[in-house]
Amino acid sequence: MRLQTCLLMVFVLLGLAGHAMGDQGWQDEAEVHGFLEQRAGSRTVDDPYQEGLSIMETRFQLDGSYAPDWGQLRLKADTLIDGVEGTGRCLLRELNLQLSPLSQVDIKVGRQALTWGTGDLLFINDMFPKDWVSFFIGRDLEYLKAPSDAIKINSFLGRWNLTLVYTPQFDPDMYIDGSRISYWNGYLGRIAGKDAIIKADRPDKWFSDDEWAVRFAGRVGRYDLALYGYWGYWKSPGGIDPTTGMATFPRLDVYGASIEGPFAKGLGNIELGWYRSVHDLDGYDPTVNNSELRYLVGYRQEIWRDLNAGMQYYIEQILDYDGYMAGVPSEMARDRIRQVLTANISSLWMNQNLVCSFFLYYSPSDEDAYLRPNIRLKASDHMTFDLGANIFTGPQRHTFFGQFRYDTNIYAGLRLSF
Amino acid sequence: MCSILATYFVLLTVAVSAGEPNGPGGQLDVEKIVEKAYYMAYYQGDDGRARVTMTITDKQGNKRTRQFVILRKDLKDGGDQMYFVYFQRPSEVRRMAYLVHKHVDRDDDRWLYMPALDLERRIAAGDKRTSFVGSDFLYEDVSGRSLREDIHELGEPNDSFYIIKNTPKEPQQVEFSYYLVWIDKNSFVPVKMQYYDKAGRLYRVIEALKIETIQDFPTVVRSVARDLKTGSQTEMEFSDIRYNIGLSEEVFTNRSFSRTPREVLQ
Repeated sequence: MRLQTCLLMVFVLLGLAGHAMGDQGWQDEAEVHGFLEQRAGSRTVDDPYQEGLSIMETRFQLDGSYAPDWGQLRLKADTLIDGVEGTGRCLLRELNLQLSPLSQVDIKVGRQALTWGTGDLLFINDMFPKDWVSFFIGRDLEYLKAPSDAIKINSFLGRWNLTLVYTPQFDPDMYIDGSRISYWNGYLGRIAGKDAIIKADRPDKWFSDDEWAVRFAGRVGRYDLALYGYWGYWKSPGGIDPTTGMATFPRLDVYGASIEGPFAKGLGNIELGWYRSVHDLDGYDPTVNNSELRYLVGYRQEIWRDLNAGMQYYIEQILDYDGYMAGVPSEMARDRIRQVLTANISSLWMNQNLVCSFFLYYSPSDEDAYLRPNIRLKASDHMTFDLGANIFTGPQRHTFFGQFRYDTNIYAGLRLSF
Repeated sequence: MCSILATYFVLLTVAVSAGEPNGPGGQLDVEKIVEKAYYMAYYQGDDGRARVTMTITDKQGNKRTRQFVILRKDLKDGGDQMYFVYFQRPSEVRRMAYLVHKHVDRDDDRWLYMPALDLERRIAAGDKRTSFVGSDFLYEDVSGRSLREDIHELGEPNDSFYIIKNTPKEPQQVEFSYYLVWIDKNSFVPVKMQYYDKAGRLYRVIEALKIETIQDFPTVVRSVARDLKTGSQTEMEFSDIRYNIGLSEEVFTNRSFSRTPREVLQ
């Protein structure tokens, strides 16, 4: 975004803040908050294709809202000075208007964060864009969700609701392209980074390269049930154009369901999704991802006062595996079934002002793992310290987490909020 | 983060004016007294709304603030209830919301909403003797400890209060050996609670500091919880209190996560 636009938004927000302070009427309707944050982090091993610093940035977020009787207007913008990329930029996280044109219908138009599904840091039916780079380099978890430019229509009928999200221009993930995180490059047959940044051909025509997502959700007894549908594209590159060598985002439909509710002493959830790779239905096209079935079973409970733990078992099953095997060298082929186990634990100390958490992804099929330890100290109502790491390990260079072996990093952050 | 919010509550609506105070001759069965006090403290009106400000002061004098708006609706007096809690301060938890369907005969159903991620998450039932949002009030103080969990005895006679001794039926489940409650003889509002540890020492006190009559309901508008062991204390203030505002059940669904109810904002 251009700097002028950025400054304009800041002035609008500060103007709102001024009004809020000066006029009692506005005070109830408008508010402005935000934070100033410094984050720094370093790789723990030398990566020949990246900087030693994994993150070094100063971020200033302004978050304003105006909620008169007729709706709600919200604006959230980050100004970022990125020391690793040597750039300054303004990022619009949210700019949306919410209205209720009918008593049972809410509409939200504009840039917004969107999430659904039952997984904990595993996503099957949530096809909204994720920022995997932010996730891996140690930004706040808020940044795992990349914003969508969409219209969301939510209709309610008692305990049931139908949500429809239309994204007129495809919003891909902020996928791993080599610019900040090194990855396995199958064509080079080695790990690559800034020397081989993935170039992708993103479908970007408004109103034709679009996405539709729908969820029908409700409660039966004590259980939350949902059915999902998605018509769009693989969110991270899911194919390659053999003529240009560019990564592509082939068409993808997803149909799924989930259930979540009390189980044993805690909560259990099951979610599944059928990824229907529209342009490779028989699976023999090596330039397009095969269809898959994805399943997830999870359980979480409070083990002890202020100590919570959870586990999940997740499977990606390639359909038409024979077709898949016909197109890739067998030593680099994925197993038909990729399994991932996650385990997480989170404990609170010092009147809940110190949060120690640990999230582990382990794949028995790929024999690789990803660990996310984090300690967060809320030093006061306005100051928070963060210390954490992203640890990738695995004997093979081409597996999902094993490929990020050079990206293991530790980071620290300080946030002042107002 | 979820467990910061370990809960819901209610205290707010403490209250009320009982129609008939003591029976003929001032004789009231102890079970009747505690039942009445419980009803007064947690079920006044059909629904209610309040803004709650908690000030947590540790032994060193460091202060922290929690502010939220709470909406309550009773499905049945003395029975199931629904709560919606909307956090306003500190800014780190602003717009976070908490939905609770409280059940008398089983674990509550709880959901948490994190606005930055637009994430709506179901929360596992937890230990009710966990601190509420890091304060000196426990989840159970605000949601109400079931009367069935304690044996109640009427203590020494007092002109103004019924003093009730409460002894847990399952002592291994809790950190106290017993607690005393002072219940106002006129209003049946519980005004003080003292908790004694396993060695019989007083270690925790909750007191009503100010009671006001709001729409005919005597309401505790300021109270304090003191932890004598850690030296920490939390003052809780209720403001903008309204009863019987006609909250619909729809307010207590996930719709309120994405569209903040009018009753919260005003």
